[in-house]
Amino acid sequence: MDLVQMQKSLQDYTKSLFLEGILDSQFLQLQQLQDESNPDFVSQVVTLFFQDSDRILNDLSLSLGQQVVDFKKVDPHVHQLKGSSSSIGAQRVKNACVVFRNFCEQQNVEACHRCLQQVKQEYYLVKNRLETLFKLEQQIVASGGMIPAVELGF
Amino acid sequence: MAEVLLPRKMEMANDPSKFGSPDLLHVLAVDDSHVDRKFIERLLRVSSCKVTVVDSATRALQYLGLDVEVKSVGFEDLKVNLIMTDYSMPGMTGYELLKKIKESSAFREVPVVIMSSENILPRIDRCLEEGAEDFLLKPVKLSDVKRLRDSLMKVEDLSFTKSTQKRELETENVYSFDSPVQSQLKRTKI
Repeated sequence: MDLVQMQKSLQDYTKSLFLEGILDSQFLQLQQLQDESNPDFVSQVVTLFFQDSDRILNDLSLSLGQQVVDFKKVDPHVHQLKGSSSSIGAQRVKNACVVFRNFCEQQNVEACHRCLQQVKQEYYLVKNRLETLFKLEQQIVASGGMIPAVELGF
Repeated sequence: MAEVLLPRKMEMANDPSKFGSPDLLHVLAVDDSHVDRKFIERLLRVSSCKVTVVDSATRALQYLGLDVEVKSVGFEDLKVNLIMTDYSMPGMTGYELLKKIKESSAFREVPVVIMSSENILPRIDRCLEEGAEDFLLKPVKLSDVKRLRDSLMKVEDLSFTKSTQKRELETENVYSFDSPVQSQLKRTKI
């Protein structure tokens, strides 16, 4: 694949993530903050998101797995995850967290278990897609090319 | 986890302030979220601000020297032009931090902005009543930061202009009086 084709692939791939609602405009904000002086800004923030999320999902599994679920512990974790997913533009994860919090409020253990599964699903999806996105970018950079500028018009 | 990131001088050189002054706005940002700290730091740097980021209200108070009974030396020189804090934080909340700052003689004039992912009107009202400068909904936008910075720079410019004019007036008075004693008196007024 030549450089132009790779750049086109990246643009199409990125577009698809927005069209599928996996990412929202907040991700564009992150990309706009990246420049020559901070060329890895997006991947750095996203890496922090992955680290935080892995930890939170682990804690949530533990908390929900208790005999008696302490919602005072569960809710702050979901709130945190909602916040960080919102900050990077991981829309579907954020939305799943909103639903999760509602069931936390109702102290509905069954529903919360289902919500956790849903959140995990959305998280692994966005993680997978973003890792692919970064790989495509790395390939372009390795071939001596530039990452195409962010298109806001679609 | 201790995480006080001191502003890196190298990055300030990238973005010359349009006001031509070497004194950039110094912002203290407080947030327990790793992701949000990284994000707000970048937003502020891109907006030509000097940034100090801490991960809790307690650390913010430590940084400002407000956590000690006895005032230690050196905090008079600490110039913070704006404090931006997350609302929901474990331990001390942003609201409690706001109150402590407004209670302090050293920092009560420093504008405090609260950030929150939740659009809860009573919460917003409570913060504004307690003296918050503004309440921003997360995720914070670059335009929010630019707007804040612009309004603060205006205030800084105004006070700088006022003090310059005052100095000029005083200088004139010193030269217009014949008596050296009176001139000395004028000078000590400044």
